[in-house]
Amino acid sequence: MFIHTSDKEYDVVIIGGGITGAATARDCALRGLKTLLVERGDLCDGASGRNHGLLHSGARYAVTDPEGATECISENRILRRIASSCIDPTGGLFITLPEDSLEYQAKFIQACLDCGIDAEAITPEEALRLEPAVNPALIGAVKVPDASVDPFRLVDANILDAVRHGADVIKFREVTGMLKEDGCVKGVMLGDEAIRAKQVVIAAGIWSAALAEMGGAHISMMPSKGSLLIFGHRLTRMVINRCRKPGNADILVPGDVVSVLGTTSDKVPFEDCEDVKATGDEVNVLLQEGVHLVPALSHTRIIRAYAGVRPLVVADSSASGRNVSRGIVLLDHEKRDGIPGLITITGGKLTTCRLMAEMATDLVCEKLGLEIPCTTAQRKLPGSQERKKDVKDPVHKRAAVGRHGSEADMMDFSGKGADEIICECEQVTRAEIVYAVTNLGVRSISDLRRHTRVGMGTCQGSFCISRVAKVLAEVLGTPEKADELVKDYLQERWKGMTPVLWGDTLREAEYMHKVHRK
Amino acid sequence: MQETSISTANLEQCLKCNLCTLVCPMLAVNEQYPGPKKAGPDGERYRIKDPEYYDYALKFCLNCKRCEVACPSGVKIGDMIQTARIKYGSQSKVRSLHGLRDWTLASTDFVGSMTASPLAPVANGVLKTGVAKAVLHGTLGVDKHRTFPAYSSQKFETWFRKEAQAAQSGFEKSISFYHGCYVNYNYPQLGKDFVKVMNAAGYGVQLLEREKCCGIALMSNGFAGKAAKQGRINLESIRKADGPVLTVSSSCTHMMREEYPEVLGLPNEDVKDNIQLLTRWLYPRLASGEIKLNFRKDFHMKVAYHTACHMQRLGWQQFTIEILRMIPGLELTVLEPYCCGISGTFGFKKENYPYSQAIGELLFSEIRKAQAQAQGGVTTPAEGAGAALSATADGADIPFVVATECETCKWQIEMSTGIPVMNPVSIIAQALEAE
Repeated sequence: MFIHTSDKEYDVVIIGGGITGAATARDCALRGLKTLLVERGDLCDGASGRNHGLLHSGARYAVTDPEGATECISENRILRRIASSCIDPTGGLFITLPEDSLEYQAKFIQACLDCGIDAEAITPEEALRLEPAVNPALIGAVKVPDASVDPFRLVDANILDAVRHGADVIKFREVTGMLKEDGCVKGVMLGDEAIRAKQVVIAAGIWSAALAEMGGAHISMMPSKGSLLIFGHRLTRMVINRCRKPGNADILVPGDVVSVLGTTSDKVPFEDCEDVKATGDEVNVLLQEGVHLVPALSHTRIIRAYAGVRPLVVADSSASGRNVSRGIVLLDHEKRDGIPGLITITGGKLTTCRLMAEMATDLVCEKLGLEIPCTTAQRKLPGSQERKKDVKDPVHKRAAVGRHGSEADMMDFSGKGADEIICECEQVTRAEIVYAVTNLGVRSISDLRRHTRVGMGTCQGSFCISRVAKVLAEVLGTPEKADELVKDYLQERWKGMTPVLWGDTLREAEYMHKVHRK
Repeated sequence: MQETSISTANLEQCLKCNLCTLVCPMLAVNEQYPGPKKAGPDGERYRIKDPEYYDYALKFCLNCKRCEVACPSGVKIGDMIQTARIKYGSQSKVRSLHGLRDWTLASTDFVGSMTASPLAPVANGVLKTGVAKAVLHGTLGVDKHRTFPAYSSQKFETWFRKEAQAAQSGFEKSISFYHGCYVNYNYPQLGKDFVKVMNAAGYGVQLLEREKCCGIALMSNGFAGKAAKQGRINLESIRKADGPVLTVSSSCTHMMREEYPEVLGLPNEDVKDNIQLLTRWLYPRLASGEIKLNFRKDFHMKVAYHTACHMQRLGWQQFTIEILRMIPGLELTVLEPYCCGISGTFGFKKENYPYSQAIGELLFSEIRKAQAQAQGGVTTPAEGAGAALSATADGADIPFVVATECETCKWQIEMSTGIPVMNPVSIIAQALEAE
């Protein structure tokens, strides 16, 4: 499935296995293009796997960026339909605190309505009834159709659909250069290997600038780091926002079984993008602000902190990350720089990934002289087919369905030990691991984590990771590599625990150390 | 900035170390049960996300709290599971035959007050017959191996008011007694023993203004609302008593102290410390010399002490053990604290009977070993509950009993080993010098 033949000439090569690349690969494949996606690491390794997991209604941008807000609400509705298995329709609440203003709330509601976003003011009492954990000092609240989306699943679903429609995917191979002939981009270089394609689409987030440079084009981008905190369980049912001009730590998202608080927004140098981590100062900022949203955050265990880099394209010389364009940026390098064969799609949001893919694919088709309509808004993604719930299913099976939707039917729970729970916090069974290795090209425990939630739970793998490693190594056919898998994984987990090393997470780290020291 | 984490039932304190998994008696015999960690803190995160993740297999939890005793992080695993059963599990209805059975088993006050009467011998006789057992097994699903505890022909309360109350005012100091439904309807002798011990200690005994069954059976059979109602009545009476309220049953005591606030949401901070087992209250006073008890010189008994699960959760077994050690002529063996498997009404249900017995086997074999040792390596068929306890100087004839504070452990051990089981309070009473 994750193979390619290098003698084949592709219609399009997409660089980047994040949500933009995955959605573009799907769109290209659905339109019948011979498609290849290249990712240097695992899917979702960059910003796509390091964000809030928030399906915006657009409300957050209604006042400052009505165009972006309109795109959001339209895509929000589409994704709910085509990607239901990746989305938890939690709804969202924008709360106004005494230090905020009700005038802004009125302006906010009007702006939402102008963009076609259902925004309904409710009383503080009603808000507290819906969400007992929000700051009881609130003076106003507005309900909006925000939701929680699992970016890992959304990427997986797009990739699965692309592959099922003939696309090839290469993971863990880095594009080292562009194949250029007569000033035209004719493909990409993977080290010594050349892969020919009629069009190359860069969809590599913050790394797009460097890739464009390889093709001879310059994009002025600004890496904007956002840090987030994961709390041990769901504190609220809805996404909680602050009803004010967007600022630090003013969104709390119930994602799967945890709560995610974010974000910060700081300019960072390009060289920091490779290994971006949340700092202690950022953790403090997040907590200081977060407790205004939900006071219980001051005493709820933080499992880990993480950070991602927003791929912002500089439209002017403004210094702060929030004022730079977060809109969709589609660059036709033939027109812009005189480099035929090269397209860049960047900027945008997780919520607008499908639209970005449609725009990029439209341009690819135009370049290829094809007129094929886009169908991604109508066709359901794998996993989101109607599926009857069986209440008699054991919890681990229900958890697998919760993660993979109708795709879970492809897991074989019948074999010996198939329903053995390997990761207990997240209820991941051997069957699910086998599925992920077979269908999603998993090689390491970190990959497995992105696709199944293995080790994402409270213990961060302390207890079960050796078991996971053994099973994974067996399934991969390299049983001798189990120890190595554990070491790599723990190093990565440790990174996220370090900035929040106190209280129960410190105890957990001590325990992890005792269990795994040699 | 964050110093401690606070969460319901200490959910977030769980490090996933699985010590609870190791000690769970149900997990050892029943693979359908996910075990305390998965049923408790692991499952709870999913249930908070969506109640649909509630697992019906939580019904197998014995509520023995051994997981909580084992937990090094103070996670209230058992409470979490009980609460989930109440919150997400289907509430019992009396519509089906099993529902009717659960209601009958749970409604100790109702059934007790109907049965504990001069007609009790008739009811007891009927319930003991093979025909009645077959009918109960086949229709209601009460396991045929079980015999309902015999009902008394006179309630403890009736006896107390007629025979004992008047004399209590003769004591300078007084203490309140929560007798519980087992003493009242099934075994008034234990209540009489309580009065004897307290009187010997120089205290008059008074009953609470009003008392109800603690509600533990209602709670575990899915009638949490009714249990809370009874809890409120008990707490109100305990508040009025305004002083120590002593008990003889470890399960009622644990229920009123720990599960009222944690599971039923009934705050009891103000009176919690007043609710104590007699031995917990008595030992420090005996040890300091504030109270002196005169024990018989000719008392002889071999006792194997069984720490009931809820006794272990209370952490009070040592108080009882120390008092038993003070009794001259009493040879004490402390058994390994294994679960007996009955868990209140759980083991009465025919679908649970095999698990109940499989769990109890470890304890039963401990008891048999202790008995063999007590009888000089010779195991003789025991005489059953209520065996004559006459003591002689000759070691071979010294009676061997199991002592425990839990009445349902008593039924289980007596049924499964044939060895008589006594509440430590009764042993103390028997060892006292006649007035």
